[in-house]
Amino acid sequence: MNITAPAMPHPDESFVEGLRRRVELTGWSLAYVLLAVPALALLILTTVSLSVAIVGVGMVLLIVLIPVLTGLTNVHRALAGYLLGTEIERPYRRATGRTGFGLLREWAGDPARWRDFGWTYASVVAGWALAWIGLGLGLAVIWYLIFPFLWAITPEGTFEINYGIFKLDTQGEAFLEWFLLIIAGYLWWKLEPLIVRARARLDRALLAPSRDELERRVADVSRTRSETIDYSAAELRRIERDLHDGAQARIAALGMNLGLAEELIATDPQEAARLIAEARESTTSALGDLRSVVRGIHPPVLADRGLVGAVQALALDLALPVSVISDLSGRAAEPIESAVYFATTELLANVVKHADATQATVTMSHDGERLRVVVSDDGKGGASSANGTGLQGVARRLAAFDGTMVLSSPTSGPTTITLEVPCELSSPRTSPSSVTD
Amino acid sequence: MRVVIAEDLALLRDGLTRILEAHDMEVVAAVEDGEALATAVAEHAPDVVVADVRMPPTFTDEGLRAALAIRAERPGFPVLVLSQYVEQLYARELLSAGDGAVGYLLKDRVSDVAAFIDAVRRVADGGTALDPEVVATLLSRRSGTDQPLDRLTEREREVLALMAEGRSNAAIAAELVVTEKAVGKHISNIFAKLDLPPDDTAGHRRVLAVLAYLQT
Repeated sequence: MNITAPAMPHPDESFVEGLRRRVELTGWSLAYVLLAVPALALLILTTVSLSVAIVGVGMVLLIVLIPVLTGLTNVHRALAGYLLGTEIERPYRRATGRTGFGLLREWAGDPARWRDFGWTYASVVAGWALAWIGLGLGLAVIWYLIFPFLWAITPEGTFEINYGIFKLDTQGEAFLEWFLLIIAGYLWWKLEPLIVRARARLDRALLAPSRDELERRVADVSRTRSETIDYSAAELRRIERDLHDGAQARIAALGMNLGLAEELIATDPQEAARLIAEARESTTSALGDLRSVVRGIHPPVLADRGLVGAVQALALDLALPVSVISDLSGRAAEPIESAVYFATTELLANVVKHADATQATVTMSHDGERLRVVVSDDGKGGASSANGTGLQGVARRLAAFDGTMVLSSPTSGPTTITLEVPCELSSPRTSPSSVTD
Repeated sequence: MRVVIAEDLALLRDGLTRILEAHDMEVVAAVEDGEALATAVAEHAPDVVVADVRMPPTFTDEGLRAALAIRAERPGFPVLVLSQYVEQLYARELLSAGDGAVGYLLKDRVSDVAAFIDAVRRVADGGTALDPEVVATLLSRRSGTDQPLDRLTEREREVLALMAEGRSNAAIAAELVVTEKAVGKHISNIFAKLDLPPDDTAGHRRVLAVLAYLQT
C-alpha cells in the first residue's frame, strides 16, 4: 500500500499500517536532520554574501547561491507537500533578466526570495530541533528494544545503569528496560506524526506563496484569460471568413458547373466536357484553400513531427537561410507547441519582411522548467513591440501559458527575441533523422 | 504493372483502385496502415507502392515512415507518396537516399488522371514525381536573392520547374507545346547559367542535380 500524506491523521488505518507510517516518518525526520547541513551552509554563505553585496564579489556569489537555495527550498516544498498531502506552489515571480545583475535586481524585489532566506534560519533552528526530536523518539524505541540483547553481547558492566534507588546490573534486570520501551513506544506512536507535521507546516508557512502573491497571480490569470478568449474569438471569425470566401464559394461554383454539365451532356457533349474539366480544376483550388485554412489552425507537420520538426519544415519554406538548433528531448503539451510554433512563425516572418537579414537562427532548449526558443538574426535591428501588432500578438499568445517574450534589438542590430514558456516535456518520440539548412 | 495501395479512407482507396485498374494496372493489395503496407510489400512484391502519408494508428506521418522503411530495406524500391499537404522537409527525406523511383504528390493531383497515371509509371520506372507545389516553393524562396536563377528567362524557369518535378523532355515539350529539340536547348542553357555539370542532363541524375541546386 502506498501511504499518502503520511504526516496527517489516518483514523481508519490498521496497526500494521500505522506502524509502517511511523517508521517512514522517522525516516523523514532523519532526512530533515541531514538536510539541515546544506541549509546551514547556505545560511552562512548567503548571509555573508549579502553583507558584502556592495562589493562585486558578494553579488557574484549570490547569483550562484540563490538558484542553489531555490533548489533546496523546492526539495522542501515537494517533501512538505507529500507529507501534508497538498501541493505547494512555487511562489517566485517570473524573472526575465538576461544578465546576472538584472536577475539579482528582480530577485531582490521578490518577497518570496527573502522568505527563502528567512527560511534558512527557521530550518536550521526550529526545524532542526523538531527533526532531532522526531528522530530521537524513533532512536529511543530502538535503543530500549535492543537494550537487553546489547547487554548480553557486551562485556559485563558496559551498560550498567544506576537509578539511585535501584541498580540495573544483571541480564534479567536488563529486560526491565522494556518498561521504558513501553513509555518510549507510546510517546513515539503519539508524537512522531505531530512532530513531522509541525516541521512540514513550518516549511509550508515560509515557502508557500503568500496571500498577496496568490491574489496577484489570480489577477494575472484573469487578464490573460480574457485576452486569450478575445484572441480565440478573433481567430474563429477569421477562419469562418476564410472558409466562406474560399472553399465554400468554390464548391458552390463546382456544383453549378456540374449541374450545367449534366443538362448539356446530351445536347452539347463538348461544352459539358469543358464544364466538367473546369469543375475538376475548382476542386483543386478548393482543396488549396482548405489547406491554407488548416495550416492556420493547426499545421499538419506540427501534429506529425512536433515543434522541432515543424520549425525545421518552416525554415525550409522561407527565402532566408534559417538554422534550427534544438536539444529538446521530448515534446511539450500540444497547446503549448502550437502557441510557440505560431509565435516562431510570426517572428521569422518579421525577420524576412523587416530585418534585412542574411540569415537567422532558431535555438530551442528546455532547462527542466521552461521551454526556451531564441530567434536571432543578423539584420538591422530596431524592432520594437510598440510599432508592431505582430509582436504584441506573440506576447499575448504566450501569456496565456505564463510565457514571456524578451526583445533585444538595438538600432544597428542584431535582433534577438527570446520566448520562454514554463512546461514539462513528455518522453521523446522517435522520428527519422531530418535534414535542414 | 502490379500496385499496392495504402490509404485509410475507404472512399479514396476505392477511387485510387478504380483509376489505376482503368489504366491496365493490377492492384494486388489495398491496405489501411503502415504495418499492413510492409507486410503486403513483402508478400506481393509489387512494381510500385502508392501510399498516403497520414494513416492509423497515430494519424501522423505513418505512411511516410513506412515508405522510408521500405526503401531503407530495399534501396530504390518505387514508392509514390500522396498527401493532403506537402512539406519540403518530407520531400527531402524521401529524396535524401538519392536512389530515384520516388514520388511525392498532393492528393489533388489524382484528379488530373492522365498526369497521375504518368507519375505512377514514371516512379515505377525509376524516375521522380515531385509535386509542382514543392517545386514552386523551392523556386520562390530563391527568387530575388539568387543571381544565377534570376538570369533565367521565363520559359527557362518553366522548363526548370518541370525538370524538377521529374518530367521527361518529351513530357515537357508536350506541356509547353514546343518541340523536344527546343526543350533540349533550354535545358543546356539552364545548366550553363546555373553552372551545373552538363553530364547530369539526363534521367534521374538530372532531377537530383536540379533539386540539389535549388535546396542549397
